[in-house]
Amino acid sequence: MTADPPPATSAVPADSVEDLYENAPCGYLSTRPDGTISKINATLLTWLGYTREDLVGRRRLTDLLTAGGKIYHETHLAPLLRLEGEVGGVALDLRAADGTRLPALLTSVVKTGPDGEPLVIRTTVFDARDRRAYEREILHARRDADADRERLRRLVADLQRSLLPPTLPALPGMRAAAYYHTASASEVGGDFYDVFPLADNRWGFLLGDVCGKGVAAAAVTSRARYTLRASAAYAGEPEAALRLLNTVLYQEHHDSSSRYCTVIVGMLAPAGDGFDATLASGGHPAALLLRADGTADYQPTPHGALVGLIPDAPFTTTTLHLSPGDTLLLYTDGLTDARIDTSRNRYGSEALRRFATNLAPTDADAAIAAITDLLDSFGDGLDDDAAVLALSVCDPPAATGS
Amino acid sequence: MPSVDVRKRNNVVVTGRAGGAVVMLAHGFGCDQNLWRLVVPALAEQFRVVLFDHVGAGRSDMSAWSEARYSTLDGYADDVLTICRELELGPVVFVGHSVSAMIGVIAAIREPDRFDKLVLLTPSPRYIDDVDYRGGFTRPDIDDLLDSLDSNYLGWSATMAPVIMGNPDRPELAAELTNSFCRTDPDVARVFARTTFLSDNRADLAAVTVPTLVLDCAPDALAPPQVGAFVQAQIPGSRRITLAASGHCPQLSAPDAVAEAIGSFVGGPT
Repeated sequence: MTADPPPATSAVPADSVEDLYENAPCGYLSTRPDGTISKINATLLTWLGYTREDLVGRRRLTDLLTAGGKIYHETHLAPLLRLEGEVGGVALDLRAADGTRLPALLTSVVKTGPDGEPLVIRTTVFDARDRRAYEREILHARRDADADRERLRRLVADLQRSLLPPTLPALPGMRAAAYYHTASASEVGGDFYDVFPLADNRWGFLLGDVCGKGVAAAAVTSRARYTLRASAAYAGEPEAALRLLNTVLYQEHHDSSSRYCTVIVGMLAPAGDGFDATLASGGHPAALLLRADGTADYQPTPHGALVGLIPDAPFTTTTLHLSPGDTLLLYTDGLTDARIDTSRNRYGSEALRRFATNLAPTDADAAIAAITDLLDSFGDGLDDDAAVLALSVCDPPAATGS
Repeated sequence: MPSVDVRKRNNVVVTGRAGGAVVMLAHGFGCDQNLWRLVVPALAEQFRVVLFDHVGAGRSDMSAWSEARYSTLDGYADDVLTICRELELGPVVFVGHSVSAMIGVIAAIREPDRFDKLVLLTPSPRYIDDVDYRGGFTRPDIDDLLDSLDSNYLGWSATMAPVIMGNPDRPELAAELTNSFCRTDPDVARVFARTTFLSDNRADLAAVTVPTLVLDCAPDALAPPQVGAFVQAQIPGSRRITLAASGHCPQLSAPDAVAEAIGSFVGGPT
């Protein structure tokens, strides 16, 4: 009596290793070191729509990849496999017999012989259709976010530029130079400065810092700068100009948290061998005078209130004479508030005075170059915007002999 | 003009026999100088071996990378010439793998005196088919490659990048990451992929005056045999050896044969 041949499935008990290999929920693929497929499981054959005979001994793994995948395999995967013996979680598309693409995640391990030479490469293939679709969404979201960030950066840079004079005017007998450090690529800072002509050969200059950042602060910054230019021309002296600005900011922005600012405004008039300067300050750090004789000191402008905070704020005026070789330096507190070490110590006004003393005598361009280097040296410690403006009196033209 | 610290920028490593002929090994698109790992010991016995990473790859100085500079092979050729000049290497035997073969061709045309010989390992002057020319790929294939790079974008951890790049003295940090030496910022990889696979340097080949060896493989999915034959036919007086090694990286699949071929070409007549 001959028994019927057992059904194919019973030859492979349901929990046997062979059944696990053939019908695992992932594809198994073995390749020789030259890439030729030497073994492949039923799951992967079903996914790809090939028979074993189509592939084993006849095709290479790269034959199953898309053209781009082939290049990626040759330039990334194969070298890694050879040098590190394994490579994990690589996203590639397999090409099925009917030409459709199967997004997959491949992990490969090299089995080496006793001499260390590769014998066989074993690869698991996971169906990654859903995952890849999800990842594509993440990728698109990331691209959109990158593009938005770039747009924001440009917008902020343009807006920031619009708040500052594109160039400083050429002053007869003086040099003016300025530098602006932007702390954030995504937020407009509130520091501002300007140098502008007034009647009777006089010049006005200003440097200030609006409380807060962002668009609301930018609006106040713009208003403050232009109001101050106009009020300086109208009032003819700095203290009255500040009072006008105070009135405007107090009335116009009293519902805004960035309605006030600190500012120094000054006027220059030719006098003797140099210029007389009149300064008025509203709560702003005192200007530094770097003299031709190598000394440097703050020029206190005490008792000035924040501009725009209270009605009828008091402001006071100080006057000084700038001789040839003298440089007046105005700055915002981003400079002195820079952290200089991990213990969060600030640079401070005394360190700035020493820095200025070492610098003196100097001129506007050299002073700004030195301060720019100083700001750069703070690195991450500089976390606020910083503006600096320098004005120096040129040496008189050398008297020609004969 | 301040000189660039090319050793740092290109992570230049000099090894091998002092006083030996200088053999400069340039890796292609994908990984970094580690790709030469299996041939360096043999070459170092005879020659002074100079290894480096292209800017954007391996442990190069990523801050030196810019899209504008590295959107053409000229930018890379500039770097090769700078390394030769700054390290005062004298005439070198330049071994360029894959796209670096064409980088070597460009550099050797610009300053032939810096080159003793050229070895072009699995070169291709143009990957995309053209009239009367079979590079093996089409433009959509290259877009497909860019997709492949994007698909593996998520494997790239931007937060780990500074750790890898910023600590060349602590290789264990990089070792903690798998696939580390083929790991590149995806944006940088995309630019290098475009530069590599969309370049056409066929017209440059005839201008090479340096003795040249073309070393290719069969089968090679990236640079098929007809491309190696084309390169050899175009470079005056060049020789060609086809290695019985499969794949695009014979320095990994057949390192002994590659070292042997380079060695006898360097030692042979000029």
